[in-house]
Amino acid sequence: MRYAGGVDVGSTQTKAVVIDEARRIVGRALIMTGANVVTAAQEAFQAALDDGVVREADVGYVIGTGYGRYKVTFGNDQVTEISCHARGAAHLFPGTRTVLDMGGQDTKAIRVTDTGDVLDFCMNDKCAAGTGRFLQAASFALEIPLGELGGIAQQSTRPVKISTTCTVFAESEVLGWAAKGKKIEDILLGVHRSIAARSVALLRRVGVEERVTFTGGVARNVAMVAVLNELLGVPLQVGEDSHYMGALGAALFAMDRIVAGQAANVGAAS
Amino acid sequence: MSDLTVGIDVGSTYTKAALLGGDGTLVATAMIATGFRLEAAAEQVYGTLLRHAGLSTGDVAYVVSTGAGRYQVPFRDLHATDLTAQGRGTRHFFPLTRTVLDVGGQTMKASRLDDRGRVAAFRLNDKCAAGTGAFLEKTARYLGYGTEQIGAVAAASADAANISGVCAVFAESEVINHVSSGRAPGEILHGAVVSLVSRSVQLMKRVRLEPEITLVGGIMRFPTMVRVLREELGQEVNVPPEPLAQFTAAIGAAVLGQQRLAKRAAAEHAAA
Repeated sequence: MRYAGGVDVGSTQTKAVVIDEARRIVGRALIMTGANVVTAAQEAFQAALDDGVVREADVGYVIGTGYGRYKVTFGNDQVTEISCHARGAAHLFPGTRTVLDMGGQDTKAIRVTDTGDVLDFCMNDKCAAGTGRFLQAASFALEIPLGELGGIAQQSTRPVKISTTCTVFAESEVLGWAAKGKKIEDILLGVHRSIAARSVALLRRVGVEERVTFTGGVARNVAMVAVLNELLGVPLQVGEDSHYMGALGAALFAMDRIVAGQAANVGAAS
Repeated sequence: MSDLTVGIDVGSTYTKAALLGGDGTLVATAMIATGFRLEAAAEQVYGTLLRHAGLSTGDVAYVVSTGAGRYQVPFRDLHATDLTAQGRGTRHFFPLTRTVLDVGGQTMKASRLDDRGRVAAFRLNDKCAAGTGAFLEKTARYLGYGTEQIGAVAAASADAANISGVCAVFAESEVINHVSSGRAPGEILHGAVVSLVSRSVQLMKRVRLEPEITLVGGIMRFPTMVRVLREELGQEVNVPPEPLAQFTAAIGAAVLGQQRLAKRAAAEHAAA
C-alpha cells in the first residue's frame, strides 16, 4: 500500500494529512507552528503518520505547502497554498467554483475550474484585517478561548459596529466596547461581521460563482459561517476537514506524482 | 485677572496637560495614561497639573482641549483639532516650523503650516498600526522589553534587521523570523525604527514637506528615531527639548488660549 503526505505550514498552525491510494484521508494532525517552523513541520507529519498508523517508509511522496513550505525539509516538493486549497476543495466538494480560505494571518478568495485548477485569486497581502488574526485579537482582549468565540457570538441579537480596520487597534476597540458595558456576545458578533465583510469584498473581486467552499482554520467557527452565508446570500460548503484542506490538496498533488512515477516505470519496463 | 491658560491633549494612549503664563513661559506639565474613561482622565490630569503648579481652578483664565478625546473635557472653554494645536505648539519652540511630523501611540500625522502657523495641508495614518508607536511597542514587547527601553536598545545597535512595515501584524512574523535566525534584539528594534521612519517620510512627502521640519509625539523621545529620520530626509530637523516632545499639542492648546485672552483684552480695551 502506498501513501502520500501533505504538510501545510501556516503562520499560526501546521496541518499534516496522509492519504491512501483511494485518496481518502487516513491520518491527520494539527499543531501550533510556533517559532521553530522546521520542527513544527516534522512533528505535524509524524503525528499524522501516528494517527493513521502508517509507517514513514510507506509514504511515497510528501509535498509542503503554506507560508513555511520551504521549511518542510523532508518533503519532496512544494506547491503554493492557493493551488492546494483549490485542489482540496474540489476533491472534497465536487462542483466547487469559488474557495474562501481564512487562516491565521491571511484570507484568500480563489476561483477554480471544475477540475480544481486555479483561475484567479485575490488575497490580503498588505494588511491583517479580515483574517483569523482579528478573532485572535478579540480572544486575547476579552480573555475568551478562540474556539468559544463563535458560539458566544451566535447568542447576540444586537451586534456592535466595529469601526477599526486595523487588527492592532481592534484590540483597543473591543476593550472600549466592553468598558462601555456592551454585552460580550454583541461585541463578538460585531467582530465576526467586520471580518466577514472584508472577506466578502475579497470574494467579489474574484467573482462569486457557486458552489462556494469555505476552508482554513476559521471555517470551524460556526458564527463566521452563519454571517458569511447571510452576507453572501449563498450557502457555504464546510466540512469536518475544512481546516485540513491545504494539507489535503498537497497530499493529492503528492499522490499524482506517485501515480505518474509508477506509470513512467511501467512505460520504461515494457 | 489671571493670564494663565491650560491646554489638555486627550490622546489615544496618554493624556497630557500644560500650563502657560501670559509671557509664554511653560509653568507646569502633567501626563497620565488615558485608559477608557476619557472624562476622568481629563479631570485627573487637570488636577495633577494644578497640584504641580500649586494652584487651583480659580487661578486659570482659559482651558483649551485637543486630541481625539477633546469633546470629553467638560470644563473646557474651547476645543481645537490636534493639527491646529500641534502647529501652535511646535511654533512655540521653533517659530520657523513649516512641516510637523507627529508620531503617537495610534496615529501618525504629517502637516504643512503656512507662514502664520496655520495648517495648510495634512495627511493621517489613522486606520493602520504600521507606522505608529503601537508597532514599536508590540515589537519591543515581543522581544521582552518595555516601552521605556526601546530607545536604549535600538541605539545600541548600528545594524538594522529588515522589516517591511506594511502591516504591524505581518511585521510580528518578520520579527519572529529574525529572532529564530539569531539576530540581536537591538538590530531588530533598530529595523522597526527604520521601517517606521520610511512610512513617516512617505507621509511627509505627501504634504510636500518644507523646512523647517519639527518632530513631535511620544516616539521622538527615542534618539534613534530622530537620527534615522534626519538621515532619511537628508536635512536638519527640530525636536523640542526632552521630555516636551510629547506635550507640544497640549502646549499649543494653551497658546491658543493665550491668543483668545489677548483678543478678549483687546476687545475690552476697544470698548473702554
